[in-house]
Amino acid sequence: MTVADTSITARPAQISSWTLIWIAAVTVVAILYMMPGIAPWAVKYPSDAVIPISDWISAFMAWVKANFTWLTRGITDIVNVPLQWAISLLAKGWKFGYGPDALVLPRLSWIGICAAFALAGFAFGGGRLAALAAGCMIYIALFGQWDSAMLTLALIAISVPLCVVIGLGLGIVAFRKPWFDRAIIQPMLDLMQTMPTFAYLIPMLLLFGNSPVSGMLATAIFAMPPMVRATVLALKRVPHEIDDFGEMVGCTERQKLLKVLLPSGRPTLMVGVNQVIMLALNMVIISSMIGAGGLGYDVLLALRALKIGQGMEAGLAIVALAIVLDRLSQAAARQRPSVHVADQNFVHRYPMLTAAVAVLAGTTLLSLFLPAFASVPAAIKMSTAPWWKAVVDWVNIHFFDAIEAFRTILLLYVLNPIRDFLVEFPWLGMVLLVGLAGYRLSGPRLAVLVVLMTAFCAATGLWEKSMATLYLCGVSAVIAAIFGIALGIAASRSDRFAAFLMPICDTLQTLPSFCFIIPVVMLFRVGDVTAMIATVLFAIVPAIRYTNHGIRQIPESLIEAATVSGCTPRQMFWRVQLPLALPEIMLGLNQTVLLALSMIIICAMIGTRDLGQEVFIALAKADAGRGLTAGFAIAFIGIVADRLLRASTDRLQSRLGLV
Amino acid sequence: MNDQAPMRKEAELTEDDRPVKLRCKNVWKVFGAGAAKFLADRAAVVTSENLSEAKLVGAVRNASIEVRRGEIFIVMGLSGSGKSTLVRCLSRLIEPTWGSVELDGMDLLKAKPDELIEIRRHRMGMVFQHFALLPHLTVLENIAFPLSVQGVDRKTREARARKVIELVGLNGREQFYPRELSGGQQQRVGIARSLCVEPEIWFLDEPFSALDPLIRREMQTELLRLQSVLKKTIVFITHDFDEAIRLADRIAIMKDGEIIQTGTPEELVLHPATDYVAEFTRDVQRAKVMSAARLMQPVSPSADYGGTVQATDKVSTFSARIVGVRKNFLVTGADGKPLGEVTPDAVIDLLADRDLTREERI
Repeated sequence: MTVADTSITARPAQISSWTLIWIAAVTVVAILYMMPGIAPWAVKYPSDAVIPISDWISAFMAWVKANFTWLTRGITDIVNVPLQWAISLLAKGWKFGYGPDALVLPRLSWIGICAAFALAGFAFGGGRLAALAAGCMIYIALFGQWDSAMLTLALIAISVPLCVVIGLGLGIVAFRKPWFDRAIIQPMLDLMQTMPTFAYLIPMLLLFGNSPVSGMLATAIFAMPPMVRATVLALKRVPHEIDDFGEMVGCTERQKLLKVLLPSGRPTLMVGVNQVIMLALNMVIISSMIGAGGLGYDVLLALRALKIGQGMEAGLAIVALAIVLDRLSQAAARQRPSVHVADQNFVHRYPMLTAAVAVLAGTTLLSLFLPAFASVPAAIKMSTAPWWKAVVDWVNIHFFDAIEAFRTILLLYVLNPIRDFLVEFPWLGMVLLVGLAGYRLSGPRLAVLVVLMTAFCAATGLWEKSMATLYLCGVSAVIAAIFGIALGIAASRSDRFAAFLMPICDTLQTLPSFCFIIPVVMLFRVGDVTAMIATVLFAIVPAIRYTNHGIRQIPESLIEAATVSGCTPRQMFWRVQLPLALPEIMLGLNQTVLLALSMIIICAMIGTRDLGQEVFIALAKADAGRGLTAGFAIAFIGIVADRLLRASTDRLQSRLGLV
Repeated sequence: MNDQAPMRKEAELTEDDRPVKLRCKNVWKVFGAGAAKFLADRAAVVTSENLSEAKLVGAVRNASIEVRRGEIFIVMGLSGSGKSTLVRCLSRLIEPTWGSVELDGMDLLKAKPDELIEIRRHRMGMVFQHFALLPHLTVLENIAFPLSVQGVDRKTREARARKVIELVGLNGREQFYPRELSGGQQQRVGIARSLCVEPEIWFLDEPFSALDPLIRREMQTELLRLQSVLKKTIVFITHDFDEAIRLADRIAIMKDGEIIQTGTPEELVLHPATDYVAEFTRDVQRAKVMSAARLMQPVSPSADYGGTVQATDKVSTFSARIVGVRKNFLVTGADGKPLGEVTPDAVIDLLADRDLTREERI
């Protein structure tokens, strides 16, 4: 560090000036909080100054709807064709004509699909993956979730290619035109990923009608960002020499892209595809609740009727589907071409694919004659619903008091006080503190951004709900971080523990967010405590993973250097490992916060009173303005948290000289 | 350049009056805002102080080289000396900020994009340090790739590829994928691929630097063998002076973006232009770079010769023999005409590094 000599003199002055500024700011805010009477407009946003953004959006949507319905309905009709085709193929079968003499073509046989999944597993990952894939599919069939699962699968099958193609295109544009990337694509991706999914379901419903198509388009928006990012990353990561090579053999731009860059970036692209599939599943589950049908709808129905067993079963079917899709697509991403002999015919080159097609065709033909092939026979269907119900009943009977006490204490002494504190917090004070933090961490640009975004929440009259969201999200994120970092540290110290923990993390991460709510609702009923616990479970994984990785990636030489300098294990941890892993841990925290935020919104379904609730009300009323405004507020909270955390990570990293 | 005089003499002795294939004159590559204007305003009369004042970085500064047809021309420099940037300027992978590059007298910098594509497709080949093989293609497909880009049909291009595979000794590996090959084999694929279009000028960018020392030697031998068959014009980049000595017809040594000396290995060893060059040449075995011509004296009238060597033969190729028979060797030109003779003492002096007096004798 060349600045060492200057900083010696400069530092004390700087520290004291910033300390003074912080003390002053906190004092002002504290006075405002204690004595709201002196400036009520700064504590509670004046209701006559609320900017009617939601009305504007509603008016705009009405105008779009009035003038562009021909276009949007046209799109609906076009997209509906492949979608209906996939639904017919997988779930419903075809029916031509009417009445008794209609020609009915069967859907693919469930036995054939199970076999095809097993073959895919075998082709990509060998016997174990084949067993896993077949097992999960058979589970879905035997436990009576087949029809819903196939509906979900059909929606995924159509929305994933759509996402991948559009994502690739956008990624290529972003790679070619960096200014376009910075100015338009990156902010758009940020918004798409932080905006709660429900919020954009509303305009989709308005524009594209109450059909599976709007669910699918919402899915496309939600699931596309990773593909765009993966494409940009894949293209950027192609070694410089390969790029030069493309130039030197005289490729045209197009040839270089299609024949050199994209194939070279295949592994990274496939990671993107895997993420698209998982996000699409997540979103299909959510959007199926608004009428598209499928697994999510079953869960919701069961939960509403408090049929815990059925809910759990449908939830596990989602888990099974998620695991199958994740493992298969990951294995496919790892696939590399191996030696093949030239001049083989199709069957020899792709034996598994041929076999799968043959099995599907054969079993489907058989299903014309044998009903057992067409749908799962009732005789072999099973149900664990009574069992689940018995378990929950047993827990509730024996531990009701303990659980209830835990819940009440948490609510009374932890959650409610924090909630009251934040809801009463003067909005102007929050804007001031956030802006100050932004300025300190990065500079005027970040300060302006976070100030505007925070002020938006107040100016739209959503301040109290925003604070309610912040409180639940914050508490959950802090708890997730505490447990997550502790588990991550433990995992980094013991290979055995890591080997035990990491598969659990993998599975937790593949589960659609909705699955976390079900078991918690059973034990804690609806309310803030349930929301918090489900959120902690959902958001804990990045904290564990990044902490573990951060500590493990510290170069061996540094650990050895510390050992030979005589560090005790304690010193090693506090003075070497933790500081060096801190930037990585911060990255994990960043993700934990964003995941917590997205989960909190979904938890509105079980009765929290925050921005999520606002979105749900808007969804029920099909009020696009109200929904989108709340959606923007949520997105802005997410972006403010993300930017501040990222800026502090950057500062940390540059202080450690890691960048 | 005080080495002009001996260089002329050398040129007379060796075969070199071949036409210039690739010429670059006063090439600059300067990074930073407004670099082009900065150089244009000063007509490229710029010192390194000027550049740093203007906050510009000169990666290549005023480089001029002439590569003759069929020659192995080596650009040698340590990392950061600008050698890779220079070779990328020659192939226009990087646009030079100033200067001219001519291929067969045609200004390469004026070529339009589609002309450039044509030139690269048919007249240039390049081999890369880290091979730059496409991971999703087999060896055969990789090698045929440049032809497939040109739109050559599958049969023809695979037939051509198989021929080059034969040439570099990769038979039987056609259907392997790059990751299934060792480093040396991968670079053979890289070499075969660049040769598949039968380029006139062949750029090799540190082709052997990523390989183990033993494999590196083997590949150098292989390159010399290929060159004896193919007689390409080669621009070869390396940071390894021993490699340069071993392969080069001529070497240009770069430091901080400038070419500080150009000459045959012999000239560099005998007349290093600067201390920097001398630093490299100090440990070079002279017998390996010096030719018989450099050591010979006029033919004595009544000599009884123990053998005959060509003027261009390196001393190391016959030192053991001449010391063994302890008789003078006759030195002849390429046409067999006697030019002079070499004494065993001269060779021993050279081997023992006592050769400085010999120089004066010539």
